[in-house]
Amino acid sequence: MKLSLGPILYYWPREALFEFYETIAGTSVDIVYLGEAVCSRRHAFRFEDWLDVAKGLSDAGKEVVLSTQTLIESESDLKALRRLAENGEFALEANDMGAVRLLSGKSFVAGPHLNAYSPETLEILVELGARRWVIPIEMSKQALSEMRPESLETEVLVHGRLPLAFSARCFTARHYNLPKDDCRFSCLDHPFGLELKTREGEPFLALNGIQTQSYRLCNLIGELDEMRKLGVSIARISPQPMHMEETISLFRGAIDGKIRCSEASSLISDLVPVETCNGYWQGSAGMEYMKGVT
Amino acid sequence: MSLELVCPAGSLPALKTALDNGADCVYVGLKGNTNARAFSGLNFDVQGLIEAARLVHARKRKIFVALNTYPQATNLTEWNKAVDSASEAGVDAVILADMGLMRYASRNHPELRLHLSVQGSATNYEAINFYREHFDIKRAVLPRVLSLQQVENVVGNTSVEIELFGFGGLCVMVEGRCLLSSYVTGESPNTAGVCSPARAVRWQKTANGLETRLNGVLLDCYADGENAGYPTLCKGRFEVGGETYYAIEEPTSLNTIELIPEMARMGISAVKIEGRQRSPAYVGQVTKTWRSAIDAFHGGRRSDPAWMSALSKLAEGQHHTLGAYHRPWK
Repeated sequence: MKLSLGPILYYWPREALFEFYETIAGTSVDIVYLGEAVCSRRHAFRFEDWLDVAKGLSDAGKEVVLSTQTLIESESDLKALRRLAENGEFALEANDMGAVRLLSGKSFVAGPHLNAYSPETLEILVELGARRWVIPIEMSKQALSEMRPESLETEVLVHGRLPLAFSARCFTARHYNLPKDDCRFSCLDHPFGLELKTREGEPFLALNGIQTQSYRLCNLIGELDEMRKLGVSIARISPQPMHMEETISLFRGAIDGKIRCSEASSLISDLVPVETCNGYWQGSAGMEYMKGVT
Repeated sequence: MSLELVCPAGSLPALKTALDNGADCVYVGLKGNTNARAFSGLNFDVQGLIEAARLVHARKRKIFVALNTYPQATNLTEWNKAVDSASEAGVDAVILADMGLMRYASRNHPELRLHLSVQGSATNYEAINFYREHFDIKRAVLPRVLSLQQVENVVGNTSVEIELFGFGGLCVMVEGRCLLSSYVTGESPNTAGVCSPARAVRWQKTANGLETRLNGVLLDCYADGENAGYPTLCKGRFEVGGETYYAIEEPTSLNTIELIPEMARMGISAVKIEGRQRSPAYVGQVTKTWRSAIDAFHGGRRSDPAWMSALSKLAEGQHHTLGAYHRPWK
């Protein structure tokens, strides 16, 4: 099983991005997804910067994939998409059907937001050129077992806050009473999202610009064996601003059988003081944490 | 070409009221999870659909069937059968979101007209043209996230007819890309056809006020005299940075009646009224108001302030907004 690092979903400053990927080059992840997948207003990195980082990671032996934005609204969003599609060197992860149109006939990764819930739909993506798919965020292991994807690689998000929703409205800007068009890049102050609690103080969601995430961290490190049996060949970690190297090492250790899953699971929980969840994978409400049957 | 008025019908009485008040088209769902309003007591069985289609066609109007949730491996047959039933009933279009189902429909019922549902999350013309090239869709319903300028850019770059939401519930998230409901309850619009399902809702009077919970998660707490609406997850009050407010969206309805001239100028084909879960009386009043407004526009008559006040009374929390069509809202 390979280990991948998803695109950074938050807005981090330019120096932080360079530093982050320099560190990542020295870790044991096999695949790195790069690019701005959430908001077109974020521009700490330009297209050329992403390509530079991509080349560096590629030289370090990583497979690099460029991720497209998930919500593509304007002509300038489309322009950015076309530029990505025509980069000529790196494959793309399509997160919108507009991207799928531009990539048809090329080899691409079908991202988690394409809503491939049935074998028939997945088959169409394969015919169009998908060589790998990332299962929908809310797909359970039971549902995955019924998909039986044989002609492409299967990737599952195993660690990180869950990307739950995309909106036209920017909730971070809204919090600061700013219009989206003049957001003053408020997301920069929230490198791990802006915590939203219920009125009784329970942490519930994390606002990340136009994206809404789970507050809880999805953690499926205890499910890696099960995943292998289901044909999952890639485990995806979603970037977060702390303890990335340790998280990657623990997953690598668990995949290689050098550390017991239960032990790795508790060590991961100790890294970030945020509750974990695995409900979607277990076929339940996403926010829940259920002990595996094994 | 006149703007087509597409109205919701969760039941036969609502369907008749919509026709009586001037709907050009009605859209309905079948019982079960095949559509995004899978509520008990709503929707049509196969025989009911046949009768509804007959009734609508006798009055020279159109009927669409929403089959806009995403089937999965274990239940695919139910969705395929629903497409067969819609075709046999002779409906004017099916509204689909899932590609696999589009392929099934276009292969097995080539005469059946396909519309791309809002649940298909197509927010740009490349996506819409993708569905046209592969499945020959004739119309796309746009998610409620684009500004008017962005809508116009879509219309100008596709031959697919565009349908916009005109009135009713306001989804602040891109439809088809919102999992908030399943995160909390296990059921989302995508796979179960429900959002913030009633079975998971609890109302409880406490010393603090009237609490609403969804699967235990506190969505809001209302003081005496505060108007407590249906607890849709994204319309609750939450605390962010020490401040309690409608952090995602206020309980409010979308109302674009003042945009009719703009929509017509841009070449929008149809305007959709949300609300298959609403009462026949509600459907009747909204339909009547929109009919008057569209007819007045095409007849060169001025707009009437009475339309706005009629719709305000029907709006969620009695508030309405232009939503994303009006850029500052974002």
